[in-house]
Amino acid sequence: MYAQMVKSEATDEDPAKLAAFQARIDAGERIEPKDWMPEGYRKTLIRQIGQHAHSEIVGQLPEGNWITRAPTLERKAILLAKVQDEAGHGLYLYCAAETLGISRDELTEQLLSGKMKYSSIFNYPTLSWADIGAVGWLVDGAAIMNQVPLQRTSFGPYSRAMIRICKEESFHQRQGYDLIRKMAEGTPEQKAMAQDALNRFWYPSLMMFGPSDKDSVHSTQSMAWKIKINTNDELRQKFVDQTVPQAEFLGLTIPDEHLKWNEDKGGYDFSEPDWNEFYEVLKGNGPCNADRMEARTRAWRDGEWVRDGLMAHARKQTSRRVAAE
Amino acid sequence: MAPSLSDVMTPDAAALAAAQKGEGRAPLKAGSPEHDLFTGLTRLGDNCLILGHRVSEWCGHAPVLEEDIALANMALDLIGQTQLWLGLAGEVEGRGRDADALAFRRDGWDFHNILLVERPNGDFGQTLMRQFLFDAWHAPMLKALEGSSDDRIAAIAQKAGKEVAYHIERSADLVIRLGDGTEESHARMQAALEALWGYAGEAFIADAVDTRLAEAGLMPAPESLRATFDETVNAVFAEAALTRPESDFAHKGGKQGRHSEHMGHLLTDMQWLQRAYPDAKW
Amino acid sequence: MSSEWPLWEVFIRGQHGLNHRHVGSLHAPDAELAIRHARDVYTRRNEGVSIWVVPSAQITASAPSEKGPLFEPANDKVYRHPTFYDIPDEVGHM
Ligand SMILES: [Fe+2]
Ligand SMILES: [Fe+2]
Ligand SMILES: [Fe+2]
Repeated sequence: MYAQMVKSEATDEDPAKLAAFQARIDAGERIEPKDWMPEGYRKTLIRQIGQHAHSEIVGQLPEGNWITRAPTLERKAILLAKVQDEAGHGLYLYCAAETLGISRDELTEQLLSGKMKYSSIFNYPTLSWADIGAVGWLVDGAAIMNQVPLQRTSFGPYSRAMIRICKEESFHQRQGYDLIRKMAEGTPEQKAMAQDALNRFWYPSLMMFGPSDKDSVHSTQSMAWKIKINTNDELRQKFVDQTVPQAEFLGLTIPDEHLKWNEDKGGYDFSEPDWNEFYEVLKGNGPCNADRMEARTRAWRDGEWVRDGLMAHARKQTSRRVAAE
Repeated sequence: MAPSLSDVMTPDAAALAAAQKGEGRAPLKAGSPEHDLFTGLTRLGDNCLILGHRVSEWCGHAPVLEEDIALANMALDLIGQTQLWLGLAGEVEGRGRDADALAFRRDGWDFHNILLVERPNGDFGQTLMRQFLFDAWHAPMLKALEGSSDDRIAAIAQKAGKEVAYHIERSADLVIRLGDGTEESHARMQAALEALWGYAGEAFIADAVDTRLAEAGLMPAPESLRATFDETVNAVFAEAALTRPESDFAHKGGKQGRHSEHMGHLLTDMQWLQRAYPDAKW
Repeated sequence: MSSEWPLWEVFIRGQHGLNHRHVGSLHAPDAELAIRHARDVYTRRNEGVSIWVVPSAQITASAPSEKGPLFEPANDKVYRHPTFYDIPDEVGHM
């Protein structure tokens, strides 16, 4: 997902405290920043929320790539508002992470140094206007699938950020579907672009949920802590089942010859994405990793004088005010 | 079997609708009141469109998240205003062109924005200074347009004026803050002012179209806005400790469709899809 | 120099005259800019008519260990809650 393969940290604290903490979580209580929490819980959350925040921010880039080329004024406004929302999501999530005792600047530096990751999906390029539809429909669709249950996550600030985000997300997937629908119902060239977008984004979207975590110790711990609600496979299955009929309605073909309805399980059987590709993308070898990092690094470095200048002015104003008193 | 009534009617109805929209009608005659008004409205709309486009280029690249979101708001306001002005321009022209047709299917010489708004973004200081110089003209312009003899213009100006009141408050304040901030931020703001000052004056230079529009009470005379503009920028520069350049030399031509080299690249980017796939609906 | 902008807590009063509600936080160099950022970040969908910002560092929060003594007394003052009262149907909505 936006937070893929988050390793949960081991914890070696007072067993009594740990048991009491777990009891609170099991009782459905929210953990708040000033409450006692295991070190592992705190560190895992920083990693997960941070990765989620980074994904929103880096996720601005592939869609932002088409803002200046949007084909109508209305589409331009919709896309701009959508990408702006993603910046807002990043902001809410950084704030949630900050309640755990790490600053946004620290998180940013860790992103830029490569110490922290962001979702693999944003290392794929947007090559045609139909890709903007595919991103909203598939990528936001997959993200929503993960974010809706996270509204019930155990950490209060994270849960509240997710509630706000989910409210705003509702239009993202719909505008994407509406866009790609126009393409699928349009001229032969538009239809070809729509199919090509689906072909390229299908497997990377499935990868968003992360590799199967059936036997992962990490996800067992995270699920006990309710910072992970469903398994990767559950969500992936749900996503496929939801998306196949939507593609059929568009007259588009999911690029999977093994895709088949399985009556027994009440869901589709489908092909696994190429997990080698996934690990390569995480390692930095996706088509756009270098470009994405370069863009974020440039924005951060080029913006330094602005951030410093505004801070300096605020400080001067304060001392001027003090001097005048 | 005789064709049904609707079969008979359909081709005529389509042709009638097209004719009603004015498709295929001859272009407006230069110097006619309709042409003057159309030109004036595209000047307003094109300024918003081109500046909105430039500001939108920042999305995902701003110095800090809060600023990224603020810039997107500005761009969204400007694109919204574009739809109103160009929509009205198309209506006045009466040849079936809507705001999108005007935005995406005209070539450079038919765009009437001032040169200032097509200047490349440069660093954040240049983007901000460009915005401030524009807002300092835009705000009094809209205020004056609220008194237009054409109700449609007055209504758009009133709506846009509320948004622009926020724009000028924001850009003026940021110019002051960064002019004051650090040595580096001050130097960059001064450099931005010097780079852009020569493009601030075009908006106040009247041509024959402006003069006729002013005489008709449709739009204010450009030079009538200069005093307010000077007052605003002088006050802000003083507070920001920025030195106003001595020469008021003004580059011009944009309002008449003679643009800088940057314009063609901007349009290539912006109009690409509509030009490459003219039959497509989006 | 490179020092991070301080964090602010944002409170917004919505259209319907309810109390200011905490909606989230953001970074800004000073109060004025915090208000402006709050407008841009937290009222993009017309959510508010009035904004308060408070430096996060200025918020004093109750310690979790005080949760008992601080909040339990209110728990038995059920009369503060409207549902405590049985209003006869004939009286109508109250
Ligand atoms: Fe998002
Ligand atoms: Fe989204
Ligand atoms: Fe997203």
